[in-house]
Amino acid sequence: MSTCRQRPQQGNQGSYEGSGGCFVFKPSAKKKKTALSLGDHFVHGCEGAENSELRFKLCHDLWDKIQTDTEALQDELNRNILDSLLDFTRKCSSTRQHSDWASQMRASEIPTAALVLGVNVPDHDMTFQSLSDLLQQSVTPHVASVQAKECGGKHLMKRVLERLMDTVVDDEDEEEAEQTSAQLNKSVHCSLSTLCAWYNAKTKVSIFLFQKSNTVSPGKKRCSHVGDDLQSPPLVIIFKDLEAFNPRVLQDFILICSRYIERLPLMFIFGIATSPSTIQHMLPHSVSSLLCIELFQSLSCTQHLATVIDKLILTPQFPFKLNGKVMQVLISIFLYHDFSVRNFIKGIQLALLEHFHSQPLSVLCCKKKAALLNVMHLGPQDLERIRQLQSFKRYVEKQDPQEQVNLFTDDTHLKEVCQKLIKNLRQYHKNYYPILRCLHTLTSSLPRYPLGKQIRELHLICLDKNIWENEDYQSAMKLLKMLAKDQLIALLQRCEEILQAAKSKNIKMALVQLEDMLSKFKQLDSKSVEDSITSPVKNLQKKTDLFQLQKTLLEMNESRRSKKLSPFEALRNEALEFIDSLVNHLSAPESQTLNEVCYYTSSATVRRHLNATPRTSIQAALNIPYYYLQNDRLKTEDGIVSNAAPDICIVYKLHLECGRLINLYDWLEAYSTVVSAAEGNDPGSDNFGKVDDVKHARFIRAVSELEFLGFIKSTKQKTDHVARLTWGGC
Amino acid sequence: MSSLLQHPGHEEESLQRVSDQLPCREVQAGTLLSLMGQYSYPSIFIYGHRSSGKSHVLHVLLKELELPHAPVSCVECVSVALLFEQVLLSFFGADAASLLPRSPSLSDFVRVYRNQCSQSPAEQTRYIVMEKAELLRDADANLLPALLRLQELVEDNVTVILLSEIVWDKFRPNTGCFEPLLLHFPDYSKGELQHILSHDRHPSYSAEFYSSYINILLGVFYSVCRDLRELRHLPHAMNVAFTCFCVSSVKETDTHKLWRNMEPHLKKAMQTVYLREVSSLQWEKMQQMEEKESGALRGLSAHTHVELPYYSKFLLIAAYLASYNPARTDKRFFLKHHGKIRKTNFLKKNEKTSNHLLGPKPFPLDRLLAIFYSVVDSRVAPTASIFSQISSLVTLQLLTQVSHDDQLDAPKYKCAVSMDFICHLYGIYKHLL
Repeated sequence: MSTCRQRPQQGNQGSYEGSGGCFVFKPSAKKKKTALSLGDHFVHGCEGAENSELRFKLCHDLWDKIQTDTEALQDELNRNILDSLLDFTRKCSSTRQHSDWASQMRASEIPTAALVLGVNVPDHDMTFQSLSDLLQQSVTPHVASVQAKECGGKHLMKRVLERLMDTVVDDEDEEEAEQTSAQLNKSVHCSLSTLCAWYNAKTKVSIFLFQKSNTVSPGKKRCSHVGDDLQSPPLVIIFKDLEAFNPRVLQDFILICSRYIERLPLMFIFGIATSPSTIQHMLPHSVSSLLCIELFQSLSCTQHLATVIDKLILTPQFPFKLNGKVMQVLISIFLYHDFSVRNFIKGIQLALLEHFHSQPLSVLCCKKKAALLNVMHLGPQDLERIRQLQSFKRYVEKQDPQEQVNLFTDDTHLKEVCQKLIKNLRQYHKNYYPILRCLHTLTSSLPRYPLGKQIRELHLICLDKNIWENEDYQSAMKLLKMLAKDQLIALLQRCEEILQAAKSKNIKMALVQLEDMLSKFKQLDSKSVEDSITSPVKNLQKKTDLFQLQKTLLEMNESRRSKKLSPFEALRNEALEFIDSLVNHLSAPESQTLNEVCYYTSSATVRRHLNATPRTSIQAALNIPYYYLQNDRLKTEDGIVSNAAPDICIVYKLHLECGRLINLYDWLEAYSTVVSAAEGNDPGSDNFGKVDDVKHARFIRAVSELEFLGFIKSTKQKTDHVARLTWGGC
Repeated sequence: MSSLLQHPGHEEESLQRVSDQLPCREVQAGTLLSLMGQYSYPSIFIYGHRSSGKSHVLHVLLKELELPHAPVSCVECVSVALLFEQVLLSFFGADAASLLPRSPSLSDFVRVYRNQCSQSPAEQTRYIVMEKAELLRDADANLLPALLRLQELVEDNVTVILLSEIVWDKFRPNTGCFEPLLLHFPDYSKGELQHILSHDRHPSYSAEFYSSYINILLGVFYSVCRDLRELRHLPHAMNVAFTCFCVSSVKETDTHKLWRNMEPHLKKAMQTVYLREVSSLQWEKMQQMEEKESGALRGLSAHTHVELPYYSKFLLIAAYLASYNPARTDKRFFLKHHGKIRKTNFLKKNEKTSNHLLGPKPFPLDRLLAIFYSVVDSRVAPTASIFSQISSLVTLQLLTQVSHDDQLDAPKYKCAVSMDFICHLYGIYKHLL
């Protein structure tokens, strides 16, 4: 997003500078304002201004990378469904040209793809965009997508015609474009027969061009890949949000289209957010029988999120990290509110910007080489900031006194130590993610999922505190101990695969250990037969009293505990110890020195920006005006409004004491009493609390402001009363 | 087949072609032919149920006999301008159509028509065929009466033919009008249906065999569906099973065997293909799949499950409760310390009938939120996204807004989902715990 906004502005800037010398521009002041680049906005009000330019650059680069990666990822995820849709359109247009019996019989139906996308409507735009791009690239140039909100009444047909004809008109001469648009403006021509004529002309031209380019100069003209196998490319109409369409409009549109289906190769794609049965709810049988509907189901949004988290968050590739709380906020917005992956990524973008904006040390949050270089360029202020970091203080405390003094006084020494620490931090991340994945594979199939079903849950636990201190971890380990041999081996083998991909030194060592262990398990198979243990269960005596029974049971228990472990059990314990040792790498990031450089921690900011509570803010503003105005005169005890507060606050406070219906005159009296006190009038004097014109006007204005905010409304029951719209009161 | 249609004005050959294309509609076609001629009646009104061949008969007649005609669908003509334009376009060409002013009135149309008609006088009667004429009732009040006596208005030999599924009595305007000639197209009988269906026979089968196949098909479906268009859709949807059978048994004459083999397929198709739950294309695919594995058939209505965000689920549940419980009971259901309620008088008489039979009732936004806060177990901040979820539930048509759009003035909603849907949501939610 940031990139596209920036580009035109830079262009503006250039043109302004180029022409500024020659002419006196009237609107130049305005232009100057817009000419502020994104970077200037970033620098403005930024913490630690000296390296803000650099931080902006880092932030920008990182975001660009994240964005391209997510786009690629989403394309990849959508590939399956998009491919099958493309196949569908191709097949439909090719069967039209066949003349076998079955396709002839079906010729009267409009081929329709019902594309079920899930309720995360904000994400759909991207899918539809890439769908129509792909269609235009490889199947047909005639694609029109329509949304419900632009198609009220009879505009649907007009929109469809505009889109269909415009998409192609772009390529043609200007004159023709004007002609068509002039025609369209005259709404008389807004019918499918116009489209028919246009389409016939179009296909004739393209066939002609095609032949010409074949005979004269092959591959010179533009009709290269489009429509060389399709003589009549289909007209695809995409309804982005089917549910929001007016059913009547849609029915009529389908009826009209079906009249033309013999002349026009029309095709529909319905974007459905809820479930396919919506089609039946919206269209009566007589209309839906004109369609030949095929169903396409897209990936569920939770899977989508899982992949995004997997590729964006659980990777050492990006130096920028979110701490547990921020992560929790983003995930709960996703799960509780919107299911939108796009919004999730927007949330990451916000955190990224905030981090680089508010944390001066974020200059070190970049690739290893650049980070090491940036350490050397740190100014004295930044070094001071490092010394103030919580994690760094903890680190210092562990050093010996001489070293402590050195760290606090010697800047070059500090820089060297910082370099080392940054390397350590990177190393920590390199170990963290593969081991996290291992632990997840081991625990995700345990009964009742003590450490969560999804890897993100495990990640959250690990971010929160050291995982080995967690009770659930202990119970998970106990459950692992009960696994059968083949299960355990399968899990360990999957771990092996995960570790093979990692490159860190520690992981390589661990991998060797794991491989060793696996081979031992396999050897176990061959000799297991001989060692089968005889069960030590003694026969209980036929007749025993309770005491006797207890005694024997205790003995048996004792003997089992002291019993020698079978080779498998020994090996299993060894494996678990190994896992336990690996898990030591999953210490909480807060324990890492210099974690503040990479981790964004302010969950409150993220929540405030992404999940705003307008109602609470309005109420806070009205109840405690000091909160926003920061004027000392307004400072009051809890729950009391100073009488110097703005009129609306006083009026609001007074209305809280009223019931469902409020008498305006009483309200006015009360108001004027309060205001008189504020003006310092003597309570004993005659004028005190008397309503004059100014107070009356102020009161009326405050009341209408309250009405505008939706706290009260006028009633028809009593003319001099207003009704409260909020709860409470007596 | 000997031609049943005989008319002195037309060639024998084209009449033969017409009667070939109009099986089982010879009588109606004959009547129409006798009405069409040098001098004709101003307006004809044809009615009959859906797919009883009204437009088809007219289309074939006018086309094969090469009579000048303007086919118009009233669905397509959202404005009268479109209607006039299409008529002029098909009678006099594009030049005439462009003579119409921007938003033409009826008199504009008549003027242009007379003008054009004097330039190119009619040699034969011209016909305007209006499909779905019932929509004309919603148009301007003067349009229908004017069309009925258009002949007089334009002083041309023109006949307006109205096609409708509704009887003429429902059309007659209050002010009275010219009475058109009424013509009824009756429904096809079973025999006729079979005759027509046998016409689109797959070229590789003999006529007799195919017609016995159609006979079996009609035996199953005739009881539920008599719509020709629907029925025509069936035989080719069943095609794969049919061809399989034909490949396996060589003897084409054995109708009994055909019946035994086809019946289960037909019964199954009745549940899915007939309801268009599955398109014919998918059905074919499934049939082919079934050769290898018997996959479960899932139609459109099988996919009713909708995945919703956590709070949206609870909003929907709260909306359902608000819609189907009387507001008086809220205190009792959602408060911990509700007052004493006398049991005997608790339900009023009319409330004893099940609320599910009465349908959802509207409720204000405040009530929805109050129930929502008491239903959801954790404390929820009234964030903007809670409110935006309500409006997105409305766009997804899971809730409907009953009052006007003004948000300030206490909007009201109704819950638009069924009990099953809610139970499903609740089930999922329980499962998560």
